Amino acid sequence: MSIPLDYEILRLIWWLLLGVLLIGFAVMDGFDLGVGALLPFVARNDDERRIVINVVGPVWEGNQVWLILGGGAIFAAWPALYATSFSGFYLAMIVVLFGIILRPVGFKYRSKIADPRWRGLWDLGLFIGGFVPALIFGVAVGNVLLGVPFTLDDVLRPSYHGSFFGLLTPFALLSGLVSVSMLVAHGASMLTLKTVGPIAARARSYGRIASVVTIVLFALAGLWVAKALPGYVVTSVQDTVGPSNPIGKTVEMQAGAWMLNYDKYGWMIIAPVLGFLGSLIAIIGFSARAAWASFFGTAIAIIGIISTAGLSLFPFLLPSSLDPAKSLTVWDASSSHLTLWIMLICVVIFLPIILAYTAFVYRVMRGKVTTESLGRNPNAY
Amino acid sequence: MIDMDVVTLARLQFAATAMYHFLFVPLTLGLSFLLAIMESVYVMTGREIWRRMTMFWGTLFGINFAMGVATGVVMEFQFGMDWAYYSHYVGDIFGAPLAIEGLMAFFLEATFVGLFFFGWDRLSKVGHLIVTWLVAFGANFSALWILIANGWMQNPVGATFNPETMRMEIANFSDILFNTVAQAKFVHTVSAGYVTGAVFVMGVSAWFLLRGRHAEFAKRSMVVAASFGLAGALSAVVLGDESGYLATENQKMKVAGMESMWHTEPAPAAINVIAIPDQAQRRNTYELQIPYLLGIIATRSLDTPVDGIMNLYENAKERIKSGMIAYAALQKVRADKNDAEARSLFDANWKNLGYGLLLKKIRPDVENATEEQIQQAANETIPEVWVLFWGFRIMVAIGFYFIAFFAVAFWVASRHELGKWRWMLWGALATLPLPWIAVEMGWLIAEFGRQPWIIEGVLPTFYAASSLTVTDLIISLAFFVIVYSTLAVIEVFLLLHTIKKGPAERDPLEDPIGGAKVLPMAAAAQPEL
Repeated sequence: MSIPLDYEILRLIWWLLLGVLLIGFAVMDGFDLGVGALLPFVARNDDERRIVINVVGPVWEGNQVWLILGGGAIFAAWPALYATSFSGFYLAMIVVLFGIILRPVGFKYRSKIADPRWRGLWDLGLFIGGFVPALIFGVAVGNVLLGVPFTLDDVLRPSYHGSFFGLLTPFALLSGLVSVSMLVAHGASMLTLKTVGPIAARARSYGRIASVVTIVLFALAGLWVAKALPGYVVTSVQDTVGPSNPIGKTVEMQAGAWMLNYDKYGWMIIAPVLGFLGSLIAIIGFSARAAWASFFGTAIAIIGIISTAGLSLFPFLLPSSLDPAKSLTVWDASSSHLTLWIMLICVVIFLPIILAYTAFVYRVMRGKVTTESLGRNPNAY
Repeated sequence: MIDMDVVTLARLQFAATAMYHFLFVPLTLGLSFLLAIMESVYVMTGREIWRRMTMFWGTLFGINFAMGVATGVVMEFQFGMDWAYYSHYVGDIFGAPLAIEGLMAFFLEATFVGLFFFGWDRLSKVGHLIVTWLVAFGANFSALWILIANGWMQNPVGATFNPETMRMEIANFSDILFNTVAQAKFVHTVSAGYVTGAVFVMGVSAWFLLRGRHAEFAKRSMVVAASFGLAGALSAVVLGDESGYLATENQKMKVAGMESMWHTEPAPAAINVIAIPDQAQRRNTYELQIPYLLGIIATRSLDTPVDGIMNLYENAKERIKSGMIAYAALQKVRADKNDAEARSLFDANWKNLGYGLLLKKIRPDVENATEEQIQQAANETIPEVWVLFWGFRIMVAIGFYFIAFFAVAFWVASRHELGKWRWMLWGALATLPLPWIAVEMGWLIAEFGRQPWIIEGVLPTFYAASSLTVTDLIISLAFFVIVYSTLAVIEVFLLLHTIKKGPAERDPLEDPIGGAKVLPMAAAAQPEL
């Protein structure tokens, strides 16, 4: 079978698609996480909490598939990355899974029993299910920028030589907080779109605070990366169309090296600019009670911030701090040429269909969630 | 290098989480179609009771679905977490159906399941019906892609080993897609799901009838479930036979273990109805046979022999020797990719490379293994016979029981005599746990029966695990045991709570307060908890 696109182009496309899927997850499921994290703060009594939960109730299941699809796509397109990161971040993944397991059951089971203790426990579960994954995903990105202490043996078996608490370095925690604040802001903007009255008012004020915090922390992380953090550089010539084998290149660590791409490709500056600009639009939107503006603002901020991390790392997917020469890059950690091509065809066919029916579902569920609208639906959570 | 305690714990964890996940999956597969059928009747007849049926069974569906989602994410992540070398070694092939499952099936199911619950007052009758069907199709497409992935683990077609990347890579995608083992497994598995859904609806409805509650509702539900269940049971047994037939082509050792057949018999082979296998002596201490039957089932002929365990063990020794040659050649090819002699030696023997890797458990320098070590490795290929033999018999017995059960239920229901035959209702209640026993046995045979392979003949299970510590696995295992046990109790409690409350007596959409809705006030006033 001849493949119309060459291996280098396909690897680049799949690197972009990896970004698209992660951003898709953060934008779509991100507001679910943010709403979960905000639940104890924006809703003061059971009726209000039910409204907040039902804002995401009809759509969160579909949104979470972005995460599942992200996992599946990494497995299919970047198997070395999937194997190394999922086993390396083992206990952190368990913590994330704890949060993610609590969500489906939390949404579904909470309102089935009226006992306030029962509902209180599930509310706590939904808070954990929103806050903890948001934090850990950010911590993980921070650790990728720092480099992960893994190595590969001669048969390419990955092994991780760090510890769970070793992940919680100051820079990684800062990244975690960037992630929490940007997703909380996004959750807040969703709440301003879908609710009225005191919930919307509280969401606006939390959203404004979260957007300001996002700007400050994102700037702080940027300065840290530019001035102090060692980045990684491939110093040998990489074969961009060769077989995927991460052994055999040379890599150096240099302070500020994650900024080199911005010197080389000036247009990349757009990404961090969008991160700040989006947050700024969101702040204006929250202040001016323009719900759509704040929603677009927080979504743009997410796109900008995640793209910044991805573009800074390029061509690295997962640098190794223990054995930099065995870092995983776009050119040596992908699936085979044929697999990337087959998977691209599947994405080109199905992603537009997914976007179309997702849009349809949001259209059907449009309008504010209120006590009256919940009263009309016997299945409301 | 490989810590065998880590391997054992990782296997235990995967088995536990997979079997737990599959408590919820078959009910989702079956109930989703039952919901679609009930709602179709509602839309066609306009009779409101059918909508109440859809909504009540839908509530139970939702409680179960949440658990399926919560435990399904764990399954996807666990390959990378616990089986990192597996993920590296076969991700090029195995990752594709998983990702396509997300793209084509799970997105559909999960996006529309929200609309199923929240769209009753926002969509037209036909619009909502389409949504319900899409959920059912999404669930079943999911099963298709997952079983294409699993089918490849049983019968790894369409892939070759690439020495430069040290992994298996796709050679022919349509071979993987149209893998006969995957197709047979798919129909067998979804049929088992339909039976599970039908038994569930039968059991709960029977309970209503025995308590004299919701009689009209329960009888209608039973008619639908009995016919759907009969079709499902027939299909599960027939297609089960089909996968047995295919297994003899691909996994002879599994079939020999299932039949406790230690030595090849002259064709057509007799089937052991009962056997007490003696693993150490490699013989049966007792067996009750029916002549000819196994030969006919397994080979569809009277003159083809079915291989016994000991003959397959001899084959395994030969394949290990060939695997040693492949392994040695692979080292040379990797050191110098222009070594044409080593390359042709590798190409001639690569299909047995996995057998060579079996020796990795015994010594790192596979190519120098002694005759005794080869025997030791070949021994690993012999499955724990009594587990397969009895697991298989339990599953088959339950399968045949289902055909009888649904045939009787269908006959009684079609004569509108469900109210009279109380023993039949007690029978339906007693049948409730059986589908879960059967499906768990089915997976036990499929997965435990494939050992020592994680990919049949290609990659030994122990070689596929992540480089983790025992502490990592004890923490994660304890986590899963605690969280999953707690959730299981909560789920059963909520199912029982919902069943006790029963379906709404009036249309819940016309009258949400008096209907199925749990308003804080109304529910607090109900002391039945």
